[in-house]
Amino acid sequence: MKDETVDVESPLHAEHVALGAALTSFAGWQMPLRYTSDIAEHTAVRTAAGLFDLSHMGEIGVTGPDAGRFLDYALVGNLSTLKLLGARYTMICAEDGGVVDDLIVYRDTEDTFLVVANASNHDTVLAAFAERTAGFDVTVEDLSPQTALIAVQGPRALEILRATEGLAEAGHDAETLKYYAAMPMTFQGEPVLVARTGYTGEDGFEFFLDAPLAPALWQAFLAAGEPSGLVPAGLSARDSLRLEAGMPLYGNELDRTTTPHDAGLGRVVKLDKVDADGNPLPFVGRAALEARGQSEPARVLVGLEGLGRRAARHGYPVKHSTAADAPTVGTVTSGAPSPTLGHPVAMAYVTPEVSAPGTELAVDVRGRFEPVRVVALPFYRRPR
Amino acid sequence: MTAELPTHLHYTVEHEWLDDGAPATVGITGIAADALGDIVYLELPAVGEEITAGAVVGEIESTKSVSELYSPVSGTVVEVNQAAVDDPSVVNSDPYGQGWLLKVEVTSTGPLLTSEEYTAQNAG
Repeated sequence: MKDETVDVESPLHAEHVALGAALTSFAGWQMPLRYTSDIAEHTAVRTAAGLFDLSHMGEIGVTGPDAGRFLDYALVGNLSTLKLLGARYTMICAEDGGVVDDLIVYRDTEDTFLVVANASNHDTVLAAFAERTAGFDVTVEDLSPQTALIAVQGPRALEILRATEGLAEAGHDAETLKYYAAMPMTFQGEPVLVARTGYTGEDGFEFFLDAPLAPALWQAFLAAGEPSGLVPAGLSARDSLRLEAGMPLYGNELDRTTTPHDAGLGRVVKLDKVDADGNPLPFVGRAALEARGQSEPARVLVGLEGLGRRAARHGYPVKHSTAADAPTVGTVTSGAPSPTLGHPVAMAYVTPEVSAPGTELAVDVRGRFEPVRVVALPFYRRPR
Repeated sequence: MTAELPTHLHYTVEHEWLDDGAPATVGITGIAADALGDIVYLELPAVGEEITAGAVVGEIESTKSVSELYSPVSGTVVEVNQAAVDDPSVVNSDPYGQGWLLKVEVTSTGPLLTSEEYTAQNAG
């Protein structure tokens, strides 16, 4: 934990202060926790739209003739096959298969990729990239200091994007932009990379742009979005939204002791990636992940629906039943009262025998065993 | 958005308030309610329960976190705010009024702060 007094301020810091946000120290940044009410911000994203400052995320540029090949080696995914302006969810693992970070990679040009890392892992990912570049004609550059990231998330995100003054689609049509794809736009004539990605379970867009331009775009969104019910939303709403959407958070569902398979995300590990001659491509963690993919899992990530009112929280033990002598069968990774569903929800690692949906278990909530039921993830799926 | 701190109440380092009534009314401060975020669940002691100053007597849960309620006094619980249990958002919206939590027949009090002392504690 870095000291609060040395936290980095977002390029939108003055906007947050002007809006009266409660600020929190997060991964070395001063970021808005909430502006008014966690639940109101959460609900706005589900029913209208929310505006998020994600400038704490780490943006890393990977450029050069070998950029795609380098990412194929450094990450578990098959990034050289990523289409121009495509986006992909992937992970960087250690040799032992443990997750170093989960990432979104965008391809700007044939030789230019943008890697977005979690704020808490930004330095670790940069260091791992530096270690893995040997033999590749590639340049890794930390773009985070000069890059702002703003997200508009919610069912009304598209109409807000269209109503935003100064934001031009530059010959592209945001409506036809596919989920997990990006396109160039301009704001006040300056380039903005727009991606249809997010971390809320709703439709939405994320906007990468030069930091000095960010306050003007933020204000333009607020002005354009007001009739649509857009509200600024903080990290607290972001966490409850991603939990309802069953999305993992590094430090909770994922960490160095977790493999992608443990988290139910074995699909991001591309063991079938090959070079131009059809030979299997080596990548960091390959041997361990190959073995892991073939073995029976020791634990499974599941959803838990609380049957009482007290919420399970990160780190609480999962018990086989509410009986006082019930054995521990797992650990909660994330949990909160779900604003959308009206009851507590949690994600937890449990032993495979008790992982089937419908299984009734309990969570030790500060000494009292609260009944829960295993349910399929996600807890919430947006209506289409 | 923090409500003005009433000067006629007593406070604890754990962010409870207490009035001079008989029975005395107990609640949590606006600072505590704001820090928790939207409160969604209250667990309070039963009427008739004997409580001890400084001991945990309940829980206050928000979307973001959970906090324990410490009793500022020793005595007997004579009433709990059922309206706040049913709709805990009143603790956020009116922490010193409709968001009160307990009424206690007090036998002794624990260490209490004045509003100035409580404000000073939370200034830094």
